Amino acid sequence: MTAYLLRGAAPLGGPTRDLLLHDGRIADPADAPTNAVTVDAAGLVALPGLVDLHTHLREPGREDSETVLTGSQAAAMGGFTAVHAMANTDPVADTAGVVEQVHNLGRVAGYVDVRPVGAVTVGLAGQRLAELGAMADSAARVRVFSDDGTCVSDAVLMRRALEYVKAFDGVIAQHAQEPRLTEGAQMNEGAMSGVLGMRGWPAVAEEAVIARDCLLAGHVGSRLHVCHVSTAGSVELIRWAKTKGWAVTAEVTPHHLMLTDELASTYDPLYKVNPPLRTAEDVDALRAGLADGTIDCVATDHAPHPTEDKECEWAAAAMGMLGLETAVSVVQHAMVDTGLLDWAAVADRMSVRPAAIGSLGDHGGTLEPGSAANVVLVDPSSLRTIDPRESVSLSRNTPYAGLELPGRVVATFLRGRATVLDGKLQ
Amino acid sequence: MQRHLLSTADLTRDDAVQILDTAEELRSLADRPIKKLPTLRGRTVVNLFFEDSTRTRISFEAAAKRLSADVINFSAKGSSVSKGESLKDTALTLEAMGADAVVIRHGSSGAPHRLATSGWVRSSVVNAGDGTHEHPTQALLDAFTLRRHLGELDGRRVTIVGDVLHSRVARSNALLLSTLGAEVTLVAPPTLLPVGVSSWPVQTSYDLDASLDKCDAVMMLRVQSERMNDAFFPSAREYSRRYGLDDRRFARLPEHAIVMHPGPMNRGMEISADVADHARSVIVEQVTNGVAVRMAVLYLLLSREPA
Repeated sequence: MTAYLLRGAAPLGGPTRDLLLHDGRIADPADAPTNAVTVDAAGLVALPGLVDLHTHLREPGREDSETVLTGSQAAAMGGFTAVHAMANTDPVADTAGVVEQVHNLGRVAGYVDVRPVGAVTVGLAGQRLAELGAMADSAARVRVFSDDGTCVSDAVLMRRALEYVKAFDGVIAQHAQEPRLTEGAQMNEGAMSGVLGMRGWPAVAEEAVIARDCLLAGHVGSRLHVCHVSTAGSVELIRWAKTKGWAVTAEVTPHHLMLTDELASTYDPLYKVNPPLRTAEDVDALRAGLADGTIDCVATDHAPHPTEDKECEWAAAAMGMLGLETAVSVVQHAMVDTGLLDWAAVADRMSVRPAAIGSLGDHGGTLEPGSAANVVLVDPSSLRTIDPRESVSLSRNTPYAGLELPGRVVATFLRGRATVLDGKLQ
Repeated sequence: MQRHLLSTADLTRDDAVQILDTAEELRSLADRPIKKLPTLRGRTVVNLFFEDSTRTRISFEAAAKRLSADVINFSAKGSSVSKGESLKDTALTLEAMGADAVVIRHGSSGAPHRLATSGWVRSSVVNAGDGTHEHPTQALLDAFTLRRHLGELDGRRVTIVGDVLHSRVARSNALLLSTLGAEVTLVAPPTLLPVGVSSWPVQTSYDLDASLDKCDAVMMLRVQSERMNDAFFPSAREYSRRYGLDDRRFARLPEHAIVMHPGPMNRGMEISADVADHARSVIVEQVTNGVAVRMAVLYLLLSREPA
């Protein structure tokens, strides 16, 4: 196996030193074999490989928009070494068979560790629990369960799910959306929805479910993870739940850290997403929540859709946007360049904490000798204009097209093997 | 004038006045035995209607024909649209047929905006009502009607009553009448006012009776009784009692005040039959004025460039 000597990297943005990746581990540079490949990492920040808790790989079922292979490649290009594949595939990942299939496809692809997320309820229908234990015991070793795309809105079912997964240290990742308050909803409910004449999606529909779930998690002593937090009120509720000592964690997407509902005035469905883009005040609260640790991590909610599902009128369009390949750039723009997070904290929010939430032993490590060699090199001085045609995803629905964003992933290593080198997929 | 008419928010005061003045000239045609002008001979206007609206379609059709344009009516029912053809493909088809203007009615807010900005068509796009967003030519014909009865609109008080939340007529009127200097008050039960209405250039009230004494015109919006199934109000009767323009309320209006309705009316729901048929009701005249205003819009949009 090729050894890589990363010369002059800045681990976690700190003082520069050399890093040796050898036999799948980070090793002492003094022990570099003579045939080690040297990578000039001067000016580059080294981070532990990024971990995404929320990725839609679309396979099985919608291989026209993404496959496990292409999604894994997009993840590697974005600096990720592990992703959690959401369960809303067709068939739904609600049995050991489907999660093992996704897990195997990920292993064959080999670009990132693909950790399937299991559905909480059979067919995401919110009626009865899926066989959570069978998925946990399967070769895929599922630990994160979610009906993402729909909310486990039944309070009793949610309580039981939270309790049940304690047996194997699982976590329920809730898509918090009160269904009755959001019937036919198209965008954030506020001044913009009133002007644009679109059915509003009130913040309370998210916050009410989060409040209930936090209380449930506290009551039964279980782990709750809140998906894609999008409102200032949600941040406040999670902050409150954490002061109680409850095992509540939360994620925010890159797009909710940067984009606002003003973009809906274009009526371009590229900006249609669930949960919807909110207001500038919400963006500020989300950034502050991520900075102070109330929000544990950034998760992409990478949601590929074929062109025809976005090239239409708003109401007919699919919800979701790409995120894997632009995540680091958006986080640098929203959090690092604004002084809210340093690179060590970015490593914490994009690698260490999501790996802990997903119970991924091999990821989210340090960059010290002995750790698994999951490493990403980022060039923070680079500026690039986002061109959807350059994406390695099968889909093109990026909301950042044409924007100039900072930061570029130069190299990604999965257990010492380069998946991206010199900005190119290997 | 811009190339498209998508929202009354895009109209400056000068734009709006130009349309109304042009409509005034064209309005005189309606009283002549021969109502046709050769102005748009050789131009093609497509009426692209994804929602049924006979009233609006025939108004646009009459407007285009009186200007001698060729008119193609394209309705969703019985066409490729009902077989699942996308808005884009429909637009490309119309473009290939050489449409100079597309008049679009669509159930999805923003569909005309998509058509105009996506690069699918080169023609002018006229919004003939999109979802719960806007209906600019309705607002223009309302402003035209108001002006004929009240003179210039500066400082005039117009009260718009009903389902503002779902009304494209209310949105377009709130913006346009404010641009023209009128003071607009929206009256509705709190459930039927949109969140964020406080940022609109209007006053709002929940109390119709308190809004009647000083208004120069009252515009009643159509209220669908199905809204009570979504708990926007308890019953059609209760709505009618609190927000309907009945004979008692009509009697409290100033003597010069006029009554408007974009149609179709629910007689007995938002407006009583006697009020609808009263001499100070201008509801039928609105229809006549609609043709003149739509003629003005088509003329101004299509005469921007040489034929």
